[in-house]
Amino acid sequence: MHPLRKQRLQLVILLVVAAALVIGLVVYMLRENGNFFYTPAQIVSGEAPKSTFLRAGGMVVDGSVLRSDDSLWVQFKITDGVEMLTVEHTGILPDLFAEGEAAIASGKVDENLVLQATQILAKHDEKYTPPEVADAMNAAYKAKQEEKKEQGGSYK
Amino acid sequence: MIAEYGHIALIVALCLSVAQAIVPMAGSFAGYRTWMRLGHSLALGQLVFVAISFACLTAAFVQDDFSLQYVANNSNTLLPTQFKVSAVWGAHEGSLLLWALILAVWSAAVATFSGHLPLVLSSRVLSILGAISVGFGLFILLTSNPFARILPFSPTEGGDLNPLLQDFGLIVHPPMLYMGYVGFSVAFAFAVAALIGGQFDSAWARWARPWINSAWVFLTIGITLGSWWAYYELGWGGWWFWDPVENASLMPWLVGTALVHSISVTEKRGAFRSWTLLLAILAFSLSLLGTFLVRSGVLTSVHAFANDPERGIFILAFLGLVVGSSLLLFALRGPVVQRQKGDAEVVSYSGLSREMMLLLNNVLLVSAMAMILIGTLYPLIADVLDLGKISVGPPYFNFFFVPMALGLMVAMGFAVFSRWKKTDANSLLNKGMVPFLISLTAALILPLFLAESMSWETYSITAAITLGASFWVVTMSLEDLWQKLDRGSSKPGSRLTNMTKLPGSYWGMQVAHIGIAVCALGVGLSSVYDVQKDVRMVPGDRAEVAGYEFTFDSLDFVQGPNYGASRGQISAYKNDRLVAVLHPEKRKYEARNQVMTEAALDAGLTRDLYVSLGEPLKDDAWAIRLHVKPFVRCIWLGGLMIGLGGLLSVMDKRYRRRQPGALSKAQSAAQSGATALEVGAQ
Repeated sequence: MHPLRKQRLQLVILLVVAAALVIGLVVYMLRENGNFFYTPAQIVSGEAPKSTFLRAGGMVVDGSVLRSDDSLWVQFKITDGVEMLTVEHTGILPDLFAEGEAAIASGKVDENLVLQATQILAKHDEKYTPPEVADAMNAAYKAKQEEKKEQGGSYK
Repeated sequence: MIAEYGHIALIVALCLSVAQAIVPMAGSFAGYRTWMRLGHSLALGQLVFVAISFACLTAAFVQDDFSLQYVANNSNTLLPTQFKVSAVWGAHEGSLLLWALILAVWSAAVATFSGHLPLVLSSRVLSILGAISVGFGLFILLTSNPFARILPFSPTEGGDLNPLLQDFGLIVHPPMLYMGYVGFSVAFAFAVAALIGGQFDSAWARWARPWINSAWVFLTIGITLGSWWAYYELGWGGWWFWDPVENASLMPWLVGTALVHSISVTEKRGAFRSWTLLLAILAFSLSLLGTFLVRSGVLTSVHAFANDPERGIFILAFLGLVVGSSLLLFALRGPVVQRQKGDAEVVSYSGLSREMMLLLNNVLLVSAMAMILIGTLYPLIADVLDLGKISVGPPYFNFFFVPMALGLMVAMGFAVFSRWKKTDANSLLNKGMVPFLISLTAALILPLFLAESMSWETYSITAAITLGASFWVVTMSLEDLWQKLDRGSSKPGSRLTNMTKLPGSYWGMQVAHIGIAVCALGVGLSSVYDVQKDVRMVPGDRAEVAGYEFTFDSLDFVQGPNYGASRGQISAYKNDRLVAVLHPEKRKYEARNQVMTEAALDAGLTRDLYVSLGEPLKDDAWAIRLHVKPFVRCIWLGGLMIGLGGLLSVMDKRYRRRQPGALSKAQSAAQSGATALEVGAQ
């Protein structure tokens, strides 16, 4: 083979191998560090994986926020309108966290199906609802409506 | 009426920009000098009308004209006047008007300072800038008009500006950032004009360089200010979150940094031509992509984008048009530009040379950008393809970015010493010997003193690596400076004369490189030695964090202009000596009924004390976050040094000579080897 061509071939092979390695690494890292979003219903039904890092969101249930007297431990429930998920967290809650408002918790689900959250996010201004929460609530609402329709049909 | 004047002025500016896009370009092909010259006056005229429009919107804010939808949504009679002015660019519509204004400023600057450029080139550059401002003018008028009225039932009170944005940081951060984003449009226009004309050589690089450098300086300062603002205003002490909005500004910066380096190769050696053009196109495309990501609502959700598609589709189409047409032009004309007729010889360089070092710099910077781009867009792609709702966390970004940044720093040390064409590997290693030993010593020993206790258990490898890399960059840079000053040092005072002889771009490179080291030091050390404690405290309680003792003295209520606040007093002691008295606040803004944490901090070069009020618990108790953040200030100090370095390079006299004779003299001097060692702003 012509030496110049050989040199070019080597370069091409090197580039292909390097690119393959990089792409593999990127895909692996994206999988490792991509956190999936689940609705409370998916977690309570056991559909969501346990002991992997994930995010869950919903409306904070009125009257569900419990505080410890001597530490920053807090427990509350979030709902998508179908199921309620218990969340536990130790630390400071964000400014716009409130009962009846949307919140997203990230952390791991334990054996008792309680989300042990390392981070709580609330909406960042008063008009904004996290889109995942809005979607989940809408889907839950639609499902309920359809259930009602079906029940209505069976009465006739 | 003021709003209508503003609206009309904006329409006039759009008409002028249409003329600016067409007339000079047509003239440059037909050879009509009057048509080409028209571009200059059109650019100035456009600036006047956009400025009028912007002033009208500002006046509407200051006068509390709530019949304007935009003012009603983002202002309030109680809002302090300086925030009424900054509220002009506090939300979507106004920030686009700011974009348009800054584009007009850059165009007018090109028109004013391009007297020494060939008329064909400057008219084409202005024409392309005109085309970009047509796009933005249409975008504002068709989809995001800030002058839209709510009539006949206008509100008597406005909804107030988002409290997070009521801050000095927001007054200065967006204009700086936009100066950078939009400044790359000039680099883009220069690149497209070069592709159209098929002429691209050292002279071109010398013309474009100050423009590219100044855009890059603004972007650097803008990102630094943004990070600083997030640190003290978001209330929880983070300074970088790998948030898509932050990534959107970092990506053009990385490509811009690559461009600033590659254009020096194009200028001094005539190599990397098509690569430089590609980077110029890429930098502006990423600026547009950033605008798209932030402004279209696509980040909050692909579905939010689909629900209100007008704005998003417009800017996506504009992005597609700009990127598609410029890349097509690049594909067609790139080969012509790569081989210039006047080239005496093929530009060659060996495996170890300054060219190779700068190539390595470019490869690393562009790869880092690509990794960030993938991580930022992946959740969007996954959502569109129905793969689930995913968010990509900081570990992904850190995994790729940190090693690349370290690689860049290692290469940076050698690059300062390397020579064009060929560098002797042995001499490079010899020069690196002393700096290497100093850095190694620093890396081994300093972490012992920085940790809480002097033992191997608290010894941090991350801190050692950070210190090693930073010392390496600084010592290599200083050694190079010393050798340059030492030249002909037999005469007394020759070092001082040498100092004044070194060109501005050399000083710029040195300051910016040392700035990188300072910034890296801040990033590394503050993440390793940061200590944070969330505690429950009642007035009178004490808490100890990293050798500091914090006492919660008292809590009272204060009334601000448009908010009420619980204000705590916390004193910090070290070794029973009072260091600082801090007043963190929990504010409640009345108009939006929004609660906001206002952190209090005691800033210092080697450490920040950072205290914020969490939430009220039972009785008098509060959740309080106490932070001790060593060296965190170095992050922004380094950022400012990088910006200052760029500024020094922009001010380099060699790029400001107007006469063609002086230009060629500078060129020959640059190639004679007397000043060939300087690299310019890096």
